Amino acid sequence: MKYVRAFGHFWYDFIIGDDWKIAAAVVVALALVATATASGLLGDTGLALAGGALIVVAFAISLAIDVRGNKR
Amino acid sequence: MSAATWGLLVAVFFACFVEGVEAATIVMAMGFTRSWRSAFLGVGAALVALALVTSIFGYAVTTWLPESALQLAIGTLLLIFGLQWLRKAILRSSGRKALHDEEAIYETQVQDARRAGDVRTEGLDMFAFVVSFKGAFLEGMEVVFIVITFGLNAKNVPAAALGAVAAVCAVVAIAFAAKRPLAMIPENALKYGVGLMLASFGTFWSVAGTGIFRSGRASVEWPGNDLALIVLIAAWFVITRVFIAVLKRPTPPEQRPVAGTEHLQAASS
Repeated sequence: MKYVRAFGHFWYDFIIGDDWKIAAAVVVALALVATATASGLLGDTGLALAGGALIVVAFAISLAIDVRGNKR
Repeated sequence: MSAATWGLLVAVFFACFVEGVEAATIVMAMGFTRSWRSAFLGVGAALVALALVTSIFGYAVTTWLPESALQLAIGTLLLIFGLQWLRKAILRSSGRKALHDEEAIYETQVQDARRAGDVRTEGLDMFAFVVSFKGAFLEGMEVVFIVITFGLNAKNVPAAALGAVAAVCAVVAIAFAAKRPLAMIPENALKYGVGLMLASFGTFWSVAGTGIFRSGRASVEWPGNDLALIVLIAAWFVITRVFIAVLKRPTPPEQRPVAGTEHLQAASS
């Protein structure tokens, strides 16, 4: 059990790092892009531009939460 | 060698150089305070583990996964790494986080190493071994992702691998010559630059990889194909500058130049 926990902790450190909000922002943004891709509503150019914009917005929100949290 | 190959080599070199400096700080702290033999064995074990993991996962993903799934998986990881680096760069440049200080990190590692006590198993200092292994393996995994992504994107993995090997050799040579923490390296600026590259490649690949969710599983094509990467790097640069400007903390009154003496301050800095 100790080794399983250490293994999990290692991968958490590696992927999530010291701010889980960044990973969460990326996953949410890409989930939205994936939904748009699966729906077939947008062409490739629309998907690429919307995807890039969503990632920037998600990053901005995670950064804003981070800064507000540190203010308190 | 073409300009594109040189560009690839330089990009991978700097990205891996930063990772190498971080690993070297940890290994040097363990070597100087505890045991060089155990620290080097830890690095050796990490290199063997890295080779094994890369071979197994490399074979698995290139054999069984469609290209778009590979782009999505590696692009997502790269995007997370890149945005974490950009977040730190923004907070540091706007005065909300202390600058990355390799000397201070080295001191913390040294204090931890001294506090750990004697933990020997068959002549091996387990603390130095484990800490060196973890440091080299973690930074090494990031190097592997950088080489795979940059190399596959430029369709030249050998050149990317050469850039990574050159970076590791450079770090080892500088560490050997300096015999102290590599604080003289402008790591904050390098990390910002590498963060921009990782975030741009990550955005490009992860969005392209969402094509796995449509029928046919074809990758999403960016307008302009690879040229979109240059636009993405420029876009992330502008976005981070805007965030830095918006989040910038005002300079404390004692650090503000007295009115009319700005030219003196500028001359002295």
